Amino acid sequence: MEPGTLSTFLKRGAIWGFIVVELLFFSIAGEYLSLSNKAFMDLDNMLLLFKQSAPIGIIAIGMTIIMVNGNIDLSVGATFALSAIVLLNSMTWPVFAGLGDGVIPIAWALALVTGILLGALNGLIVWKTGVDAFIVTLGSMLGYRGLVFMYNGEQPTSHLNWTLVDFAEAQFMGLHTATWFLLVVTAVIWFVMNRTVHGRNAYAIGDNRTAAINAGIRVGPHMMINFMIIGFLASLSAVVFYSESGSVNPNDGELYELWVITAVVLGGTKLTGGAGSVLSTLGGVLAIQLLRKGLGHIGADTETVNLVIGLILIAVLFLDRQLNLKGREALRI
Amino acid sequence: MSSQTPALRLEGIVKTFPGVRALDNVSFDVMPGEVHALMGENGAGKSTLMKVLGGIYQPDEGRIVVNEQPVVMTSPLQAKSKGIMFIHQELSLAEELSVAENIYLGELPKKSFGRVDWQKLYSETNEILGRLKVGFDAKTKVGDLSIANQQMVEIARALTVEAKAVIFDEPTASLTDAEKVVLFDVIGDLKTHGVGIIYISHRMEEIFRITDRISVLRDGQYRGTLETPETDEEEVTQLMIGRKLDLSRNVSHHELGDVALEVRGLECGKLFHNVSFSVCRGEVVGFYGLVGAGRTEIAETLFGLRDPTAGQILLDGQETTIHSPADAIEKGISLVPEDRKGQGLVLGMNCRDNMTLPQVNDLKAGPFVAEGAEIAIFDQYRDRLDIRTPGWKQLVGNLSGGNQQKIVIGKWLSMHPNILIVDEPTRGIDVGSKSEIHNLIRELASQGYAVIVISSEMPEVLHVSDRIIAMFNGEIIRTFTSDEVTEDNLIQAISGIIPEKVA
Repeated sequence: MEPGTLSTFLKRGAIWGFIVVELLFFSIAGEYLSLSNKAFMDLDNMLLLFKQSAPIGIIAIGMTIIMVNGNIDLSVGATFALSAIVLLNSMTWPVFAGLGDGVIPIAWALALVTGILLGALNGLIVWKTGVDAFIVTLGSMLGYRGLVFMYNGEQPTSHLNWTLVDFAEAQFMGLHTATWFLLVVTAVIWFVMNRTVHGRNAYAIGDNRTAAINAGIRVGPHMMINFMIIGFLASLSAVVFYSESGSVNPNDGELYELWVITAVVLGGTKLTGGAGSVLSTLGGVLAIQLLRKGLGHIGADTETVNLVIGLILIAVLFLDRQLNLKGREALRI
Repeated sequence: MSSQTPALRLEGIVKTFPGVRALDNVSFDVMPGEVHALMGENGAGKSTLMKVLGGIYQPDEGRIVVNEQPVVMTSPLQAKSKGIMFIHQELSLAEELSVAENIYLGELPKKSFGRVDWQKLYSETNEILGRLKVGFDAKTKVGDLSIANQQMVEIARALTVEAKAVIFDEPTASLTDAEKVVLFDVIGDLKTHGVGIIYISHRMEEIFRITDRISVLRDGQYRGTLETPETDEEEVTQLMIGRKLDLSRNVSHHELGDVALEVRGLECGKLFHNVSFSVCRGEVVGFYGLVGAGRTEIAETLFGLRDPTAGQILLDGQETTIHSPADAIEKGISLVPEDRKGQGLVLGMNCRDNMTLPQVNDLKAGPFVAEGAEIAIFDQYRDRLDIRTPGWKQLVGNLSGGNQQKIVIGKWLSMHPNILIVDEPTRGIDVGSKSEIHNLIRELASQGYAVIVISSEMPEVLHVSDRIIAMFNGEIIRTFTSDEVTEDNLIQAISGIIPEKVA
């Protein structure tokens, strides 16, 4: 075996291996520790797991592009909340009163446009000012959240449309609506990243930005498109989730950015950009959700779950660093 | 050839940076189907000239003419669109991407919906790779290739468009002999297609093998163009180093003390190998060689920044292992690094704090930093090294280069080292301060320090060293005493030419 083959294999397949380990562990441990008498690997339980993964998962797929690009977007949680408010509130606007259920596509479109615009604003600032995306989106995270509170104060925004709820709770070929959305988004973004010029340029920019500029890739507009994509996906995630729940609190979506980044990093995307895979991100999302569900299944409380996820994340990054060391001649810093 | 119009012509290019005239009225042309070598010492202005040509710098005066059309270069992309391709010495590749994607970076062939036309991409790439006769294919990941093969990928980029002129900047620096032959075939192929080639290299044997004309730059000035068949190495060398430079050797020799540092068969991966030398107290040993010859890496290894893969380091006759810079300082080794502003100083801190940085942990009054002791140290070395600053509160970033360098040297002297390693001590320092630093180095040696000076400037090594070690490609080629060294034999040694009969 050539040197590096093992580490490449570990990096590529690690997250799926980790998921298998989790499944085995919780199935076996669940037999002894669980309070319920249902097996962990129950079909309904697994379907639910996919559905619960969707809100974070849809955003994480978008974050993969952003991070492959060498950027980061901290404002996704706030974009998520603001889009949700637009979705639910627009359905009650008097203008659309006569439309009946015809309001649904309009509300969806408005919510999605909100996300795209917020993302475009982030991208435009990053492009035109040259300020680091971390700082820009840290600012917009606070700003967008401010807009959320300005909209309705501390009050939740609620509107339940039963047609929408039926749609969101539907199961097509066994999978929930939300799961379908997650799968379709994953497929589309996978296609973009692996088969289109835009996706390949995203890798090139994250890997060696100078080389990309020298080769004539227009880095600024490229990044702006990516921020629009993640804005769209953040609002799509809100659309899918709140179609069912029908009520949004101004605090909803807080810390989503961190869960999303955790999932992406767990999936092996480099924080410095240039490398990462959409499918591995999906793996990262599922791994976290499995961990939460599994630890819940064997009776651990939320605090323990967070502690364990944190430890695992650090362990994974340490492992990654060890696998990536450049040998003994490297400069010690 | 006179009836032809040049593929590319530079006329009277002037480029100044604050305090330096980097290019002084340089004119240069390359004919279609000609290989034109551009030579000069490190810092002669070759790379500045190429940056002007690539649109990275705008010239203050002069113009660039492509096919008799004056053009203003604003970016490497524009240069490319004019048919001027650069093959850089430092690789600009995206390591996670495939060979094909790197070669066509920014110009991936498209199908509908912005999809990449992989078939076309791979077939075109494989065709180019076939011409280069390399042992990898279009789908290989660039990060998995050796440095030499990565260089071949870089070269392959020149073959993607109909180039008018191709600039090769030290293309053979990391190629094996077999790969060089292929590269020369490629260059010959480009030649027959009427492409003008600018070939930058330090290696005489290559220059004489493949070029038609040789132009020489020295200190930013154009020194003349020679027809390759009618000249020889000596004439080129003469043009490169000139006569005006002060090439006086160091004449003063002190009483040498014991051997302070000895290195036996030191090796660090591919960076350098089989390096053996010794330095006595009171002696200045100069390391001379081209950039990338492994000199700085040796210094970094001695300072504990790199782990040697083989060999021994002996301090005062005792074998030791140096684990870290802290360990090196403890053992009496100090390194004045190459990049003064980036590695040697904290520019936003004042003079005193910079000078006492390595020992601030020991300068304490109770739990607090002992300011008085710090100021005392600063005053002592300010007087001893004649550092000109309004006071210790002055930010180091505001000092001149020469005074900054003295702060770094003072910092290490205050740690009472036995061995002082100085890497490029006068880079970016004006002429007056240069000789001051040189005198300081001589003086330190006379006070009993063992000093290693690494420099890319020949006058400097000649001037300060008792002995000169010439390095090439990670190996010591020859050690000269200051009596036997000449410009010619030194240049030859660092070009890797080993004299058949050592005088």
